[in-house]
Amino acid sequence: MSNLEQEKQLLAGLALNDSIVIEAIYRDNYPIIQALILNNNGNSDEARDIFQEAMVVIYEKAVSGNFELNCQLKTYLYSICRRLWLKRLQQLQRFGNLIEHLEETVVVEEDLELHEKHNADFIMMEEAMNKIGEPCKSLLEAYYIQKKNMQEIATDFGYTNSDNAKTQKYKCLIRLKKLFFAQYKNG
Amino acid sequence: MHNTKTDNNMDELLLIEAVERYINGDMTPKEQVFFEEIRKNNPTIDQMIVEHTFLYHELTKQANIKAYKHSLYEVENKLSEEGFISKAKLYSKAKVVFFWKKYKRNIAVAASIAGLVSIATTILISSYNNKLGNSNITVLMAKIDNTAKKVDQLDKAITANPSIQKNPSPDYRATGFLIDGNGFILTNAHVVNRMKNIYVENKEGVYFAAQTIYTDENTDLAILKINDISYKTIYNLPYSINKKNSNLGEQIFTLGYPRNEIVYGEGYVSAKSGNEGDSTAYQVSVSVNPGNSGGPVLNNKGEIIGIITSKNSVADGVVFAAKSKNIYSLIEAFKKADNNATIIKLPTSNSLKGFDREQQVKKMENFVFMVVGN
Repeated sequence: MSNLEQEKQLLAGLALNDSIVIEAIYRDNYPIIQALILNNNGNSDEARDIFQEAMVVIYEKAVSGNFELNCQLKTYLYSICRRLWLKRLQQLQRFGNLIEHLEETVVVEEDLELHEKHNADFIMMEEAMNKIGEPCKSLLEAYYIQKKNMQEIATDFGYTNSDNAKTQKYKCLIRLKKLFFAQYKNG
Repeated sequence: MHNTKTDNNMDELLLIEAVERYINGDMTPKEQVFFEEIRKNNPTIDQMIVEHTFLYHELTKQANIKAYKHSLYEVENKLSEEGFISKAKLYSKAKVVFFWKKYKRNIAVAASIAGLVSIATTILISSYNNKLGNSNITVLMAKIDNTAKKVDQLDKAITANPSIQKNPSPDYRATGFLIDGNGFILTNAHVVNRMKNIYVENKEGVYFAAQTIYTDENTDLAILKINDISYKTIYNLPYSINKKNSNLGEQIFTLGYPRNEIVYGEGYVSAKSGNEGDSTAYQVSVSVNPGNSGGPVLNNKGEIIGIITSKNSVADGVVFAAKSKNIYSLIEAFKKADNNATIIKLPTSNSLKGFDREQQVKKMENFVFMVVGN
């Protein structure tokens, strides 16, 4: 039981982007995932990619707040990585049966579908951001991603005052919105 | 007209600002009540708020994920530095890792990896079909050992020949051949994927710096371009590249660099498809070794019919070669990918036809290069 509590804490830390928690999860789980990938036609670069993606999946779950751990985190991560790797193998057309030690797995299809949706949104936003051009892109990133305040931004970008910078920021946001929803509705 | 538009824009700006404050909870209670009232009575504004809230959430999510991914990279880097996550590119089985580590000291680093290119491929191929037995691992060890000696010679050659000095430590060795006298060389994608700095060496032992300009993982082909002022354009390549499928039983020969010296091999087309029915490749029967990857496969007429890619390490004499017609589709794809790129003109006339094999090989070997890199 205390184990379960511990893992809950880990996930809470993960949602806050705590690098100590991230490191702990890597240390506990990376070797077994690497072995899975290396034993099944993969290389260490691919193992890193897969593990990273799985880490994003659990982050998304942790952030969403409704992550019910009905299995060990280890099992969950393993199941995710296994699924992701099978998919990657299929894409790479490296067919073959997975050689596995008998690790316990849980069903993760739904979670991965959700993750793919998140991924698609992420890419759409990235593309919309790339299309709005400069200085809009940097301006929005400074405010929404780097969380700088308007005064700093005005100084950085050379606006005479923060109000002008703010007006510009909202104009950029309107453009971003148009681009994003154009893609969103098409997609 | 113009004014209304400006007004609308202003309204939208104000509204967005309000929405942002609303979402962030920065509004005074009074403002909030007022704002919610507007929302209720105006469906257009309500819709705007919904959309904007969504956009705002997406943006924040984006920001958080980026920050999180950044942390992941940092942790990963830290663990790589520590050696907890292996940095070296390892292919295939974990057991290889073990052997690799164990024998690392005995083998010149440059030497051992040279063989890995194709060895890895062979292991990969065989493991598609069935699980590897331990016997294969021993084979691998022997191979690394052998290659060590070979590349030892290569190292000696490097010190002996001053013109080679600019390439201090090749880690990998494979084969490639000219498909355009302007310095375009065809080789395997799996070869260049493992190289950062690429050099090609001709039969005389002269090195030229080269660069990957296009790769296609599906057919495992890659185009290199020699970027070296000392390279002189070669006109009239003597061989053509076959567009049609070859027949079963067709006699073939290949040239390549499994050693530090060009090696000839001959055989026949044994199946019209490659590994697991891969229709972009042939199965050929010819003796090849690590380093042969990327070598041309020619028929009796001196037409290129394929490119050596890999072999099955379990079954004897089962070698796979990408079909030559893939070269045409590769060039097409390359053209499409980069409009500004120099046009590659594949050789069309074949002047090797009618010569006996010795003559053909003599001519051909001038256009087959050793591809080395690290």
